Amino acid sequence: MSSTNALKHRQACLVLTLAILAIWFLVSLGCSILFREWMDLNMPPVGNAPFGFWMAQQGSIICFVLLLITYAVLMYRLDSKYGYLDSQHESIDSVDSME
Amino acid sequence: MEQSTLNFIFIGISFAIYIGIAFKSRASSTKEYYTAGGGVSPLANGMATAADWMSAATFISMAGSLAIGGYDGSRFLMGWTGGFVLLTVLMVPYLRKFGKATVPDFIGDRYYSKLARGVAVVCAIFICMTYIMGQMRGVGVVFSQLFGIGIPAGVLIGAAIVFFYAGMGGMKGITYTQVAQYCVMAFAYTIPAIYISIALTDNFIPQLGLIGDYVAGGEYVPFLEKLNAINEELGFSHYTSGSISRIDMFFITAALMCGTAGLPHVIVRFFTVKDVLAVRKSACWTLAFIAVVYLTAPTIGAFSRVNLIEKLHETTYVDAPKWFKDFESTGQMAWVDKNDDGIIQYYGPAKSDTNSNTVFAGKAPAYPVAGSATDVLVGKHKQRLLTNEVITSNPNELWFGNDIMVMANPYMAGLPPWVIALLMAGCIAAALSTAAGLLLVLSTSISHDLMKKIIKPDLSDKEEVAYARVAALVSLIVASYFGINPPSAFIAKTVAFAFGLAASSFFPTLLLGIFAKRMSREGAIAGMICGIGFTMGYIIYFQFLGGTKEQYLFGISPEGIGTLGMLINFATAFLVNTVSPPPPPEVQEMVENIHIPSGAGEASEH
Repeated sequence: MSSTNALKHRQACLVLTLAILAIWFLVSLGCSILFREWMDLNMPPVGNAPFGFWMAQQGSIICFVLLLITYAVLMYRLDSKYGYLDSQHESIDSVDSME
Repeated sequence: MEQSTLNFIFIGISFAIYIGIAFKSRASSTKEYYTAGGGVSPLANGMATAADWMSAATFISMAGSLAIGGYDGSRFLMGWTGGFVLLTVLMVPYLRKFGKATVPDFIGDRYYSKLARGVAVVCAIFICMTYIMGQMRGVGVVFSQLFGIGIPAGVLIGAAIVFFYAGMGGMKGITYTQVAQYCVMAFAYTIPAIYISIALTDNFIPQLGLIGDYVAGGEYVPFLEKLNAINEELGFSHYTSGSISRIDMFFITAALMCGTAGLPHVIVRFFTVKDVLAVRKSACWTLAFIAVVYLTAPTIGAFSRVNLIEKLHETTYVDAPKWFKDFESTGQMAWVDKNDDGIIQYYGPAKSDTNSNTVFAGKAPAYPVAGSATDVLVGKHKQRLLTNEVITSNPNELWFGNDIMVMANPYMAGLPPWVIALLMAGCIAAALSTAAGLLLVLSTSISHDLMKKIIKPDLSDKEEVAYARVAALVSLIVASYFGINPPSAFIAKTVAFAFGLAASSFFPTLLLGIFAKRMSREGAIAGMICGIGFTMGYIIYFQFLGGTKEQYLFGISPEGIGTLGMLINFATAFLVNTVSPPPPPEVQEMVENIHIPSGAGEASEH
């Protein structure tokens, strides 16, 4: 495996990781704490709960789970694109079924 | 059937299952003892990690904190789940690829230094110790409830069981037992919530009930509005607003998140799966399983808040429900009849000029010694009398520990006895699974990282396991002592300190070790020492040496100081790194290599 290949894979992983972390920050520390009052006032309430409060107690957790699923799926695609699945192909089916 | 008989049947059955599993899958080698020999399926590992992760703090104390704090309690919800995102995208896939059994192993090799390994071991011991204290407290609370004894005796019984059970199975036994424990916990948590949700909101999904309407009062009112109205009427802050300052809330949540990603006993769990791909999948499952409980906790908190107030406030003591008197007798609830009217009044801080609703001086109720004259023990309404100095500057008469909310919840809602028995079994499963996992990591740190890798490299396998057992026993004794005399009033808070310590030591050091190829050992060691030193100093000053709120740095409480400690760690590491020689080429190559996901090798061999 050439080293440019490894470098490209690493860069792609880094971009994905940073994107995931940006969303992670936004839904938890962002929506639920830093901009909470603004969210309460300007976003539609979820059921009877103010948006910021709901994000803090329910929404952020749901987002976290979705983020991790996205991460696993996209990383799997990156790994296969750059040919790093050699010893790992046994788990392919189950990752696909998570999409 | 009697409640206590039913409790014993449920707990007996669950124990039989755990011991059966532990016996069937007991460790046959040191490798199995430490990391289950690799090859645990992602699904099973996810469940086991979830059980390991959800401690007595989560199970018992968190819903209580939510009930009391409302929005403030969200810091635990977000902190303890959000950390998994950091853990998964920044840490565990790379550490798994590196392929060693413990976190100090990685730090020792990556920073090519015995000193770094030594500092990491000390940090690991401090973190696990703080954490396990909270668990012992939790076990004590459950057993005291179960047998109607005081918390100290409960802690000791719990310690004996944990020791017996963690020593037997090793990681392999613990992993499969935890799968069973997760199932017990999940049912124990969600079933009462469903029952209560139907009773209060007519909605069988508690999460929808929370954002739905309150129907138990006859008319339909939005549930959260009802809760806010009750809180306001009694002088508490709005349930949906909270009272912690924004900066403190931000720092505490961030400390819990980064701490999660640096907790040695959680990281180790991901060394037990087959390869890097399985690590990512396992992390998804773990968080999904955790989310089941974490999405239910806020509903339990909110529902029990309404129930508690409806059932106790402005009720005469004579007519107070039986469960209240039960909790009173175990010292987890107390009533001081300040205005001498025989009626229980529960008020918040806003009802007095001093902005406090403290019932009495001291952290917990103190009672006259048994055998004193009857009029010292029992008041004129037959209530249990306290020896604490009563604080009369506010009208609040009701004291209860946060830790009791989850367990009192089904009683308050009048649920069938088997639900309560299930809950007891769940509480015990939560505390046991975490304590066992922690004890294993703690004893491994001492026997493997400290004894074998630093002090006595020629240690035989047999001696290593012997050291592990002794270390486990000593740790358990220390943890029990602090379980009986907790450094902080509530389990969730005690545990929160462990996260501060992890956030300020392991998280930055591991992160730099993985992503900063040129980070030198000098930088890492200086960073770890400054980070954890600052954080511990701050916590000790404010918890034990009488620091006051006015002295808080930028208004950050000791719970949230780990975030600042983490920044100090990063800054120190980079600063020292500029004047120290770069790591040797083979270490730099190793760092390159952990970013390549394939070829992770066998799950952690020694």
